[in-house]
Amino acid sequence: MAALINVPSKARRGEVIEIRTLTSHIMETGFRHTADGALVPRDIITSFTCRYNGTEIFRADLFPAIAANPYLSFFTVAKESGKFEFEWTGDNGYSSTASASITVE
Amino acid sequence: MRTTRRQFLSLAGGVTVAGTIPIVTLRPLRATPTMLNTAIRNVVGEAQIRTGKVKLDIPPLVENGNTVPMTVSVASPMMASDYVKSIHVFNEKNPQPNIGNFYLTPSSGRAQVSTRVRLADTQKVVAIARLSDDTFWQVAAEIVVTLAACTEEMN
Repeated sequence: MAALINVPSKARRGEVIEIRTLTSHIMETGFRHTADGALVPRDIITSFTCRYNGTEIFRADLFPAIAANPYLSFFTVAKESGKFEFEWTGDNGYSSTASASITVE
Repeated sequence: MRTTRRQFLSLAGGVTVAGTIPIVTLRPLRATPTMLNTAIRNVVGEAQIRTGKVKLDIPPLVENGNTVPMTVSVASPMMASDYVKSIHVFNEKNPQPNIGNFYLTPSSGRAQVSTRVRLADTQKVVAIARLSDDTFWQVAAEIVVTLAACTEEMN
């Protein structure tokens, strides 16, 4: 699935950087009804994880109260050059990954 | 078989009658303040929750509850000895009291998280931070919502 990741490509060692992620997902709440009264089953992303060179630096549990196409922004200290890996998992076996690299000097 | 005008009209009439029968739902559609308290206690346990340190940035008046930008930040040095372990956000009147749980580490550098949330009604949003010394700090904000999210019919 499509995901937009915003990570600075370069940073100074020790700098606090912002990471912004956006992924496309309907985030169906499970509380809506169709016009003929049937309940629309829940289909949401329940968990998001970000790893920096293999170490988990941020994790989130998401609920139906998160808007469609979940946007998350958080911070981390740029320690070394390497790779950020992002993973979204959810209902009906949903899983999606993305990655971004950074050069720390 | 050709449909006569009479058959068509009686069919159409029948559908209209069926369509006007109200659908009764017994399940409560929104969280109550009791549910909010239960959800908070599930995270916090018996610990005391103090007010302060946490800042909740959310517009006080929202036109569309389907996507409301929200930023939670906590005053913390974010060092190994003193950092924010997690941030939990709750609401009062959506069908479910939880919004999100966010887990940070000392290497987060800054205790701040942004996302976009859904609000089903004019209500209170509560953000609670758990620090590394296992104290809890909270802040609440009242938000007026003109167009509700979550429970509308699907088209």
